[in-house]
Amino acid sequence: MHEMGIANSVLDAIRAETRRFPGGHIYKVGVRIGELAGVDPDAMSFCFEALVRGTELEPLALEIEYCPRRYQCRACGHSYAAAREDSVCPECGVTESQFLGGDELELAYLEVENGARAAGT
Amino acid sequence: MERVPLERKVLSENDRIAAGLRARFAEHNILCLNLISSPGSGKTSLLERTLESFDRSERVAVLTGDIQTENDAKRLARFGFPVKQITTGGTCHLDARMIERALLDWRLEDIDLLLIENVGNLVCPSSYDLGEAAKLVVLSVTEGEDKPLKYPSIFFKSELLILNKIDLLPYVPFDIAAAEENSRRVHRDMDIVRVSCQTREGMTEWLAWLDRKRESLRAAAPAF
Repeated sequence: MHEMGIANSVLDAIRAETRRFPGGHIYKVGVRIGELAGVDPDAMSFCFEALVRGTELEPLALEIEYCPRRYQCRACGHSYAAAREDSVCPECGVTESQFLGGDELELAYLEVENGARAAGT
Repeated sequence: MERVPLERKVLSENDRIAAGLRARFAEHNILCLNLISSPGSGKTSLLERTLESFDRSERVAVLTGDIQTENDAKRLARFGFPVKQITTGGTCHLDARMIERALLDWRLEDIDLLLIENVGNLVCPSSYDLGEAAKLVVLSVTEGEDKPLKYPSIFFKSELLILNKIDLLPYVPFDIAAAEENSRRVHRDMDIVRVSCQTREGMTEWLAWLDRKRESLRAAAPAF
């Protein structure tokens, strides 16, 4: 269970970002979690809510975009989601594929209220 | 309201420290390996067998992580190589800052091979880059052969699978071929060695893998 530490890293980033938006309030953060990131989205949401509660960051919502493992077929170039490396391209039936993604653990975006005049640095 | 794209890693601070460590390891031609497994899969036993196989002149050092106790460091210190315990005090994984701190009073110029034994856990350590050249995952035959499918993250990120405790195969219903097939479904190009730390079967293959890794690092290092 390391989601508490991961959630804390997200909040550290938000506290740092707050300085860019004087007078604004960050009310949502988007986080991308890949299937191979080793992070459980439910545990992450639970920890995030617990850490935010009662702090100056409220109200702050977490939006998780869960990203499956993705491959690109080496034969026809088609991109598709699959859980295993031996999976078959749904377009052409070839098993030779290249890993595209699915291990991400990224801060995707913030939504800021009254933040239009962001310092922009 | 305004949506502001960020597009950066959540663990960017850990990654920054890990990148610093990786640069220092490269500067000193150190091969750093990060060993990960469930509790009780035999990481410490594997390190014991590994250290005892080395000549005392080898420049090897070990960092071993646990939530509590210095037991593993005591076990490993008998072989005469520098060993340091990292007790995390509750944290279920090692992170790059713990490694950086543990290395503070070691001279990196005296080390060629740095073996890191992570906290026993198949999930959390997979998220934290320690600046290693490769992650290695240890799976013992007393566990399930479907572990690679249940914990794909660490099997995907590990270069080598060490199947340990093969001396117990006659006594457990473990399908070793299925375990290897499951691993390759998650990570097609994964290297696999089968070992027993009790009978020492497979140790030659494991040490040969280690030698190849060290040799490729030496080959890649700038000549002076």
